[in-house]
Amino acid sequence: MTTLQTSAPAQAPAAYTPPLWARLQANRNWIALWFMLPAAAFLILFLAYPLGLGVWMSFTDERIGRSGIFIGLENYQWLWDDSIFWLSVFNTLLYTIIASAIKFAVGLYLALLLNRHMPFKAIIRAIVLIPFIVPTVLSAIAFWWIYDAQFSIISWSLIRLGLIDHNINFLGDSNWARASVIFANIWRGVPFVAITLLAGLQTVSPSLYEAATLDGATNWQRFRFITYPLLTPIIAVVMTFSVLFTFTDFQLVWALTRGGPVNATHLMATLSYQRGIISGRLGEGAAIATAMIPFLLAAIAISWFGMQRRKWQQGSNND
Amino acid sequence: MSSVQIRDVRKSFGGFEVLHGVSIPIEDGAFVVLVGPSGCGKSTLLRMLAGLENITSGTISIGDRVVNNVQPKERDIAMVFQNYALYPHMTVADNMGFSLKLRGAKPDEIASRVKRAAEILDLTRLLDRYPRQLSGGQRQRVAMGRAIVRDPQVFLFDEPLSNLDAKLRVAMRTEIKELHQRLKTTTVYVTHDQIEAMTMADKIVVMHDGIVEQIGTPLELYDRPANQFVAGFIGSPAMNFLKGKVGTNGRAGFEGPNGVELPLASAPAGSDGRPAVYGVRPEHFAIADDGAEAEIVVVEPTGSETQVFAKLGGEQVVAVFRERHQFNPGDKVKLKPNPSLVHLFDEATGKRL
Repeated sequence: MTTLQTSAPAQAPAAYTPPLWARLQANRNWIALWFMLPAAAFLILFLAYPLGLGVWMSFTDERIGRSGIFIGLENYQWLWDDSIFWLSVFNTLLYTIIASAIKFAVGLYLALLLNRHMPFKAIIRAIVLIPFIVPTVLSAIAFWWIYDAQFSIISWSLIRLGLIDHNINFLGDSNWARASVIFANIWRGVPFVAITLLAGLQTVSPSLYEAATLDGATNWQRFRFITYPLLTPIIAVVMTFSVLFTFTDFQLVWALTRGGPVNATHLMATLSYQRGIISGRLGEGAAIATAMIPFLLAAIAISWFGMQRRKWQQGSNND
Repeated sequence: MSSVQIRDVRKSFGGFEVLHGVSIPIEDGAFVVLVGPSGCGKSTLLRMLAGLENITSGTISIGDRVVNNVQPKERDIAMVFQNYALYPHMTVADNMGFSLKLRGAKPDEIASRVKRAAEILDLTRLLDRYPRQLSGGQRQRVAMGRAIVRDPQVFLFDEPLSNLDAKLRVAMRTEIKELHQRLKTTTVYVTHDQIEAMTMADKIVVMHDGIVEQIGTPLELYDRPANQFVAGFIGSPAMNFLKGKVGTNGRAGFEGPNGVELPLASAPAGSDGRPAVYGVRPEHFAIADDGAEAEIVVVEPTGSETQVFAKLGGEQVVAVFRERHQFNPGDKVKLKPNPSLVHLFDEATGKRL
C-alpha cells in the first residue's frame, strides 16, 4: 500500500465516507460479533467468570458472609504446609490413576466383546450403559448399602461362603475405603469408555481384519497391529475425558464417605468443598480448587501431543 | 504355484443354500476368472478358497492338500480386496512387508523383498507414503504388491478394479494380466464384468444363482455357449434371443416371432417343429436382400462401429455393423443372421440344442 501512495496528492478530494452506523451495518466482522455474542456471553458468564473469580478468590481471605482482601499467596503457603492437603493430592492421583487404568482395561475388553456378533447384542449394549445413566447420587446410595458395615451384601455373601468370619469394614478402614470408592467410580465410568471405544471399533473396516488374517496375524496380532493403532485417536479422546472426570470427581466420594475415614478418601474436590463451603473459608477452598488446574492442564497436554503424532490420520481415509 | 481343485462345494448361510455343488478344476499357473451377476456366489466361493468362510460341504484342495480345515494363514494364498484393505496407519512399505513381519522374517530380508515387489509394480518412489496419500490406481498396485511380496501359491482377486474409473480399469487390467504372465502364479479372479473376464482369463467360469453354468476359454464361451444364460451374459452388446420353432420336415430354417423366417445352417436332429430360442449375436447380422425385414428404431454410432436397434418380427433386436451404412430411424432394412454362427436353445431349459 505504501508504494502506491507515494505520489498521492496532499489535498485529495475527501472521498465520501458514510456515517459510522451505516458502515457498521455493512461490516461483516461487526455482524459476526453480534452472532457470536450469545454463545460468548454464555461462556463468559458461566465458565470464564466463575473460573476467574475462583482464581482471584484463592488470593484472598474471603469467608462466607465476609468479602476478603488480597493476601497474595498466603493460602497456598498455608496449604503447602498442610499435610491433609497433600494427602488429598495423593488420594486424587491414586484415585485417578488406578480408576482410569482399570476403566480403560475393562472398557476396552467390553468394547471388544460387544463388537462381536452375539445374540441379544442390542440388549447387552443397553445393559452395559445402565451404570452411566443412573444418577451418581443414587448409585452412591446403592453402594453405600453394599458397603455398609453391618448389612453389606458382600460381607454377608463371603461369610456364607465361609471365606471370612466377620464383616469387612468397607468404609471404615482407610485402605478398604479407598478401594471401595475407586471400585464405585470404575463401575460408573466403564460404560462411557466401553461405548465410546465400541463406536471407534465399528469404524474399523472388517476387510482390514480379513486382510490381516490372510497375512497370517493371530488374534493378538490383529489387536496389536490393526485394532489398537487405529483406535488410538479415540482412546486419546476418551481417556482424556475419563481422566478429567475422575480427577474432578466429587459426588460419589462425598455421598459415600465425605472424605473419611480420617481423610483417607478426601479428594482435592471434596477437600475444597469442605474447606470452602462447609467450613466457610472460601479463599482456602478456592486455592485447593485452583491447585487442580495444573494437573488438568497436564492431562490435556499429554493427550494433545499424543494425538498430534499420527500423520496417517490426517485427511481422508482409504475407503 | 499350485493347482486348485474345487469339488462339489456347497455353502449355506443358516438354512439358505447359496452355492449348490460347485466343481471347478484350476490348473497350476492358470488365470481363472469367476464371472457372474451379483449374488451368484462367486465372491463367497473366493472367500471360501481364502478361508474367510467355512465350507458347508465338498472339498477345496490347494496343491495336493485338502484345505477345508486349514487356517487361512496356513493356506499360502494372498488376496486383493475390492476396497484394497490397505492398513491406513502403515506406510506402503509396511503394508507390503506386514505378512513377512508376522512370519518373523528379518528386517533386511523384508526390505529386500518389498523392494523387489515395489520394482515390479513401479512403487519404489511411494514406499514411504501412507495409503491416504495415494491415488486409486496406486492403492490398487500396493494391494497387489502386498500379495506378491509373499510369493504365495495362489493369488485371489475380489473385484479389484471396480473402484477405479473406466480408463484406469483398462490400464490395470493389462497390468494384472502382464503381471500374471511374468509371475505365472495360479490366479483366481472374481468379477461381474464379462469384458474383464474375456480379456484376462485363460479360463472363465460363468456362475449364476450358486451353480456353474459353464467353464471354458473365453472364445469357447463366446462361440459355443452351453446355455441361454451364458449366451446372454458373454458378449457386448448381448446376444439377441428370438422365440419360435424349428422348421418342419427337416427344412433347415427357423420360424421366428410373427412368422419371420430366419436361416439355420442345419436343424439339430429330431427337432422338427420344436419350440426353441434362436440366438444371434449383434455382430453376426448382415444386410442382405434375402434377410428378414426389420424397422430401425435407434441408431447409435460409436465411431468404430454402429449399433442399430431394430424391430424384427415385433421383437427388438440389436445389430452391430463395422461398415458405415446410412440408417435413419423408421427405415426398413433386411437383416440376415449368419446361419453358421447362430445358436439354438431349448425353450424350457435354455440348454444349447
